[in-house]
Amino acid sequence: MCRAFGARTIVDGVDLLVGPAECLAIFGPNGAGKTTLLRLLAGLLRPTAGAITIGGEKLSRSPLARSRVGIISHHHMLYEALTGRENVQFAAQMHGVEDSNAVSRSLERMGALEFADVPVRALSRGMQQRVTIARALVHDPDVLLADEPYTALDEAGTRAVAARFSAIRGSGGSIVLVTHNAEEGSAAATRTARMENGRFFEAA
Amino acid sequence: MGVGLAGATWAIARKDLLIELRTRTTFIAAGVFALLGVSIFYFAWDPTAIPAVDLAPGVLWVIFTFSGLLGLHRSFGLEQESRAIDALVTSAAPRESIFLGKALANLVFVLAVQAIAIPAVALMYNLPLGGTVLALAGFAVLASVGLVAVGTLFSAMAVNTRMAELLLPVLALPFFVPIVMPAAQATAKLLAGRPADEIYSWLKLLLAFDLVFVFACTMIYPWTFEE
Repeated sequence: MCRAFGARTIVDGVDLLVGPAECLAIFGPNGAGKTTLLRLLAGLLRPTAGAITIGGEKLSRSPLARSRVGIISHHHMLYEALTGRENVQFAAQMHGVEDSNAVSRSLERMGALEFADVPVRALSRGMQQRVTIARALVHDPDVLLADEPYTALDEAGTRAVAARFSAIRGSGGSIVLVTHNAEEGSAAATRTARMENGRFFEAA
Repeated sequence: MGVGLAGATWAIARKDLLIELRTRTTFIAAGVFALLGVSIFYFAWDPTAIPAVDLAPGVLWVIFTFSGLLGLHRSFGLEQESRAIDALVTSAAPRESIFLGKALANLVFVLAVQAIAIPAVALMYNLPLGGTVLALAGFAVLASVGLVAVGTLFSAMAVNTRMAELLLPVLALPFFVPIVMPAAQATAKLLAGRPADEIYSWLKLLLAFDLVFVFACTMIYPWTFEE
């Protein structure tokens, strides 16, 4: 696939397949096109050329395909006037989660239960990131698209993310991870790749 | 796992109203704007030249239109603050539910502002509302449906632009005309005590535009997402 903004090609001829129980970590300098690639995979951007499917379905057009995907962005994607629990509860409703314990369980797995009833605006950036990840994983997605998930996290938070990534892969899920944190990214990855100037180079 | 249109619509509307209830910023601004607008019109009015029942419908609908715009911009603005809109559009909820949920919350917001504006206009212009108050409230609800449908769609389209606050009224106001015109005409005829037949013809036009705008905006909205 390709994506251009005007005359500038940001993602240039990426051909990518991520299978079950795989974690693909993508590294690269700022402006390499990593975030754009992730937004394309999430269906938030339309490719200039090519197509993206998840489980054979086009994400932007299929609610069923979207229900299988979780997204972590470098923006926290939370409503600051709501509490962490309300944010995760809302995400659960949007994904049609019927398990009434799913919200507490997701917050607990990220160590966010103790501040779950505090408005997001009153939380530190690291706490917000834990809630963000709990929100993204509340529906137990098969595919996780994670852009800088370790942002602002302390050691315990990073360990919680690693445990969640292992659980997703353990249940046959796939992860595409974009990060500058080479240590954590390499530890989580089953495959690594590098992006530079929009081009994608997978490590052998 | 799946989420229906009605369930997702309600969840989105409830979330937006809860945020507005917690912050109250837009409602207070729109309420104050409505009261200031009514006051300015009042002080500029010469009661010896224009009777209150002739001026009040125009004042009422100008206030409704512009105070409603304040809330409509906020509708998608709050989704942009931390890119929460990305989580919303990549959720399993039908994309039409985002429009309908936002429109429902906007409708409650606009009606709440009207609940301030109608008594203020009635009080300042000494309008003989009496038995017409229920009919007037009905006109307000009908017109608000069309206004929020158009306003919500254009709010979604304008929010990604650099001058969203400026662009929203420029885009939306021309489309408000077919809604505001029959609503103002029906209000004027109601307050003037004209026969019901004269009012019904404007109401039918208002209802027709409501149906067209709600249907068209709901269908168009999902195409506003992908960049």
